[in-house]
Amino acid sequence: MQIDKTKPLEYSTEQGRLNILGFWIFIGAEVMLFATLFASYFTLVDRTGSGPSGSEIFELTPVLIETLLLLTSSFTIGLGVHAMRLGRTKAMLTFFIITLVLGLAFLGVEIYEFVHYVHVGAGLQTSAFTSILLTTLGTHGLHVTFGLFWGTMIVMQVMKRGLTPATANKSFIFSLYWHFLDVVWIFIFSFIYLKGMM
Amino acid sequence: MEFFERFAIPHPSPAIYASMVAIALTTIAVVVGLTYFKKWGYLWREWLTTVDHKKIGIMYMISALLMLFRGGADALMMRAQTAVPENTLLDAQHYNEIFTTHGVVMIIFMAMAFIIALMNFVIPLQIGARDVAFPRLNALSFWLYFMGAMLLNISFVIGGSPSSGWTSYFPLAGNELSPSVGTNYYMLALQISGLGTLITGINFIVTILKMRAPGMTLMKMPMFTWAGLITNVIIVFAFPVLTVALAMGTMDRLFATNFFTTTDGGMDMLWANLFWVWGHPEVYILILPAFGIYSEIIPTFARRNLYGYTTMVVSMVVISLLSFVVWVHHFFTMGQGALVNSIFSITTMAIAVPTGIKIFNWLFTMWKGKIQFTVPMLYSLGFIPIFTIGGVTGVMLGMASADYQYHNTMFLVAHFHLVIIPGVVFAMIAGLTYWWPKMFGFMLNERIGKWGFWFIAGGTVLAFFPMFISGLDGQARRMYTYSEGTGFGIWNMLSFVGAIGLAIGFALLVYNIYYSTRYASRDIGDDPWNARSLEWATHNPVPEYNFAITPQVNSSEAFWDAKKRGHKLFKAGYKDIHMPNNSGIPFIMSVFFFIFGFAFIFSMWITVIVSLIAILACMTYRSFEKDDGYHITAEELKKAESELRGAK
Repeated sequence: MQIDKTKPLEYSTEQGRLNILGFWIFIGAEVMLFATLFASYFTLVDRTGSGPSGSEIFELTPVLIETLLLLTSSFTIGLGVHAMRLGRTKAMLTFFIITLVLGLAFLGVEIYEFVHYVHVGAGLQTSAFTSILLTTLGTHGLHVTFGLFWGTMIVMQVMKRGLTPATANKSFIFSLYWHFLDVVWIFIFSFIYLKGMM
Repeated sequence: MEFFERFAIPHPSPAIYASMVAIALTTIAVVVGLTYFKKWGYLWREWLTTVDHKKIGIMYMISALLMLFRGGADALMMRAQTAVPENTLLDAQHYNEIFTTHGVVMIIFMAMAFIIALMNFVIPLQIGARDVAFPRLNALSFWLYFMGAMLLNISFVIGGSPSSGWTSYFPLAGNELSPSVGTNYYMLALQISGLGTLITGINFIVTILKMRAPGMTLMKMPMFTWAGLITNVIIVFAFPVLTVALAMGTMDRLFATNFFTTTDGGMDMLWANLFWVWGHPEVYILILPAFGIYSEIIPTFARRNLYGYTTMVVSMVVISLLSFVVWVHHFFTMGQGALVNSIFSITTMAIAVPTGIKIFNWLFTMWKGKIQFTVPMLYSLGFIPIFTIGGVTGVMLGMASADYQYHNTMFLVAHFHLVIIPGVVFAMIAGLTYWWPKMFGFMLNERIGKWGFWFIAGGTVLAFFPMFISGLDGQARRMYTYSEGTGFGIWNMLSFVGAIGLAIGFALLVYNIYYSTRYASRDIGDDPWNARSLEWATHNPVPEYNFAITPQVNSSEAFWDAKKRGHKLFKAGYKDIHMPNNSGIPFIMSVFFFIFGFAFIFSMWITVIVSLIAILACMTYRSFEKDDGYHITAEELKKAESELRGAK
């Protein structure tokens, strides 16, 4: 394995560079996935049937908390990658763990939010609007859940093996994923919640 | 007993019982055969766990051929049923199931697999790479595709096949009108194999962008590699749309959501739109690699370099962009209004321009060439006129106002078969014949191959040209029978004869493989076609490391330059080669995907959860596994190479 010392650790091997490009392309596919969900959401948003509309069920407080938690976690993982570039394993791990805890808190609030929706009569089966709302939010939530498992594994590996080209590469790619979830959330916040509450 | 009742076939017939017995016997025969010849270990080590792009390509190809015969059997049954008026060979339900599985199997499991087979085998060789960027993901792609295909194929003996057409339009595909589990099979099987296809897409984009031999700039790539790059970009941007549509459809059927229903705000046209936003680019996912194959074969056998390299590339890029903005032409009659229809009508017809450029480029390549009529070249020559007729009738269909006459008639069926068969099937057989010596070290028999070509080309023309006439006379597609007074009888009988011609042609292909395996000469050298691109610069069959020395490239026909203009391909000496290790994980994980899909189809939620945990466990194992591959040392390489040369 050839290691290029002039590049950051995560870019230092050929396979590492391939992985990162591959992941960017995967994010391209993810963009299409969420774009399709958003397009379907805009198509179905006013088709509430006998169920409630967005403005009747959305609550500002949990949504703001979720936004705050996720945006902060995106910031802390950025700090984590910065620490990784400086070679400070401990600081990096701390920031990664904070990120995961924030992600877990986000998930908790989101589950509360879902329970609330079902409670007020906006379940998955109520109308086309609630179906696409919960599916779009749920897809994002599922991504966060998957990210929590994935991130935990990466933290464990960095603890066990230290910062190697392989673990650095994984950590960096995970940070790309996490930032992407944040970007999706910004769209959800703006076009589903804010637009729906207006 | 109640548990097992759900697996019963809703519309059983003697034919289905016979195939149950046949499947059971084949399975037993395979298991007994493998045990008797002690081949389990070989199968596991050499094939099930392989990450070699060449072997994966060959497995894709075998699967695609199997699916070709499955889909072909469906086609023959359909043509036999409609050959005479008021035929009672099949009832309406069976006919519906057969035209549905014919479409799904041919598009998703035959054509897709075939193009991915050739991309897998050829592209790393054409760009001078050792393998693809992510060899394990490549194996995972294949096994996901394979499990998806198997899942759909067991539907007709367990629980019933889908019967709402390969487009599966809602509300027809909803629970009310399709109560059997058939459509669940459709949703889950396509989802699983679609996942594999998406992974392939990512894998090949990275491979082509990052792993080309030194000197091979983008505009020096062979045309098949260019086609592969563009195709994979379309895959990455089109398949997520299908993923979402299938997920919504699954939820509508199993969780009673309201995406595509006709109550509680559901919108059935949303499915049609999402399906074709994926479905039309899918057409180009199939046709662009075929264009790439013709662009390799025609220069080779016309002994001229490809005319208009740059315009070939530009026209493919334009086609790929247009492919995303034409989807509405699949349902002009479903009430979008004149403005929307006009826009999509224009974009549709615009695709004829870049496609026409390509046709003329091939013709100019052959102009004044010294054409050798080999089997691959015959298919390429047959493709041009038949495909042009299919394409021109597509422009007719693209005129929104006229489409009201043609929509969902046999005219449409004739059109898309006359583009897909010469476009994809001809190209696949041509490519198979052309690269066969690269795969196996001997050539397919030319004489049998030519007989096969004439049966397939003649069969295609005879099977589908009559449909233009019966379609214009008003025969709707997907009708399981018709009365004598309609006068469709004669045209359908001709189609049936053509279908038999096609069947003979494909049988000849199989016989050719058998015959050539037994009798063909193994002493063919490394370059039996006198070809032009890099894949021919290594041995036949290709050693596992592809190229002993990474080649240096100076043009899009580096190998031709090496032969004719004294370009030096291999400058450096032997160096250690890094190789990836085999892995059983992709196969095991895909088996769990199969169980997951099967359990999901029948709403067996405990099994779903268990298999999902198993899938995640496989991913966890992979994440923690340390695997740096192994090295082939320079000495081993030197020895292997001198043996390979000595054998000649």
